[in-house]
Amino acid sequence: MQQTFKIIDEDGIHARPATALVNTATKFKDTECFAESGGKKVTLKSILGVLSLDLEQGDIISLIAEGGDERAALESLEQVMVGEGLGEVHE
Amino acid sequence: MNNIKGIAASSGIAIARAFILEDPDYAVTRKQADDVLAELAKLDDALAKSRAELEAIKERTLAELGEKKAEIFESHLLILSDPELIDPVKDKIRSEAVSAEYALDETAAQFIRMFENMKSAYLQERAADMRDVTKRILKHLLGLQYVSPSEIDEEVIVIAEDLTPSDTAGLNRKFVKGFTTNIGGRTSHSAIMARSLEIPAVVGTKSVLDSVQNGELVIVDGIEGNVIIGPTDEVIAEYTSKQQAYAKQMEEWKQLRTEPTVSKDGVHVELAANIGTPNDVAGVLGNGGEAVGLYRTEFLYMGRDKLPSENVQYNAYKTVLEQMEGKPVVVRTLDIGGDKELPYMDLPKEMNPFLGFRAIRLCLDRQDIFRIQLRALLRASVHGNLRIMFPMIATLAEFRAAKAVLLEEKDKLAAEGIAVADDIQIGIMVEIPSTAVLADVFAKEVDFFSIGTNDLIQYTMAADRMNEQVSYLYQPYNPAILRLVKMVIDAAHREGKWVGMCGEMAGDAVAIPILLGLGLDEFSMSASSILPARSQISKLSRADMERLAEQALQLSTAEEVTQLVQSVQ
Repeated sequence: MQQTFKIIDEDGIHARPATALVNTATKFKDTECFAESGGKKVTLKSILGVLSLDLEQGDIISLIAEGGDERAALESLEQVMVGEGLGEVHE
Repeated sequence: MNNIKGIAASSGIAIARAFILEDPDYAVTRKQADDVLAELAKLDDALAKSRAELEAIKERTLAELGEKKAEIFESHLLILSDPELIDPVKDKIRSEAVSAEYALDETAAQFIRMFENMKSAYLQERAADMRDVTKRILKHLLGLQYVSPSEIDEEVIVIAEDLTPSDTAGLNRKFVKGFTTNIGGRTSHSAIMARSLEIPAVVGTKSVLDSVQNGELVIVDGIEGNVIIGPTDEVIAEYTSKQQAYAKQMEEWKQLRTEPTVSKDGVHVELAANIGTPNDVAGVLGNGGEAVGLYRTEFLYMGRDKLPSENVQYNAYKTVLEQMEGKPVVVRTLDIGGDKELPYMDLPKEMNPFLGFRAIRLCLDRQDIFRIQLRALLRASVHGNLRIMFPMIATLAEFRAAKAVLLEEKDKLAAEGIAVADDIQIGIMVEIPSTAVLADVFAKEVDFFSIGTNDLIQYTMAADRMNEQVSYLYQPYNPAILRLVKMVIDAAHREGKWVGMCGEMAGDAVAIPILLGLGLDEFSMSASSILPARSQISKLSRADMERLAEQALQLSTAEEVTQLVQSVQ
């Protein structure tokens, strides 16, 4: 399952929220978590992967959770995205 | 004796022997490994040692500097265990049978290049973090004997090309009395850390590393931005007394940081700070600011290629309000136009920009822009104590129009079910003489005034403050200005409203006694002026200053006013 977001933070995704995303994804050991943007897909369990997406304000990013407790994982990731003021849910 | 000029990055004076901190040689050449398993074990060992070091630095930073400063090491730790970095390194060791240091260096270089080529300027700077982490692991892999700043155990001044964030955080305040570097500016990582640690620092000297020998006596003057190498006894004595005076001053100011601002006879006034971005709030709190008296929102609109969205603005306002923890925050709505241009708005050039289409005049015309800002402010209002202030109000009609737009947006938000605070005060800047003269009428409708002295002086004296030939007319102490200020304060107080001042004059040591005497309620200044102002006010009696202000208002010239104030201090 996946959820798409639009980046609203002026700095794109920077180190602090990226750290929070990676720490959250890493908590779900049995779930594969990915981020996809601009045709590039990376694991959400890697800070270098997340930063390598080079996201800027206005970019669209999909967060993907597969297997294990995927629903809870995706919900937690959404909380980080919205709670950190990083992005808003994009339909 | 040799004197080198640099950028004063962190205040204070340090006198100690030089300790030259030079990066060891991290050069790595391709080397075949005989024993792949041994290389893998070596890598794991280096990673474990690096992790232990970083955990310790993180803990220490957390304890000494707080969570925000420690976050950077949290991300370093994540890089250290990042599968996208470590897996390729291990694959390379296995598939190419190369040494661990070579495999790491090659793989990390790809990431450093990746960051350097990113479109976001912020992410480009993350290359420095990647280098920092790589060096840390390499140090262990190469078995380098590098004395890190954290291992220094005698009083020194650290001299370096530059200091990485982990170098700076590792400085032990007990032994490292100050530092100075060849590169860097006031906002570089090392400068910010130095201010948090309260270690005197001079950065950006370009040449200090080549001018000093290990063990030479050095003075770092972080107040003026000077580095003195091999000072004479006379100079040492001079700086020792400066150092003592500074320490005494700091001690006094520090005690005032958490104190309210109270005059000798027990009258409380509010000392606030002027800010331009959410990053400035830390300085406000660090200097004991009781409020933000002027948040200049122009910076949100500048240095970009399109208008900031409602959400970008909302996040900025929310951050400031939350960090101020319920203390008042006066946000001035957009003051753009005239001499402050926005390329993407394509405003017409004007003959007389200061008398032209700017601030509230522009906002009432371009309501599409104005309404977005008001919505963002209203949404943010639930996160703290928000006060909204309109700039350049010349007539009551302008204030009423601006307030009506604000109330319309508030109703719209209510209809959308979005929460808005009920107690938002709405005030105006008093910077146009017509408004100062008619202050008694305005006072019935506004919640507060904030006197913008820079513009009030230029409009009252009809002297462009950008024109050096008429700069002698910029006279804050001219009795004409003082009488206008008095009119505004008296008019507001008759209606039970408060008055602040957010121009340069509010933090001026000559003006403060008079303003206190005139009954000003809030003084808003640059954050670094707050503690000196608090100290000054605590030594003044408001009753005495009322008499002083009365006298000043009867004088003829600005010079006479200055003399009068100086004669009583």
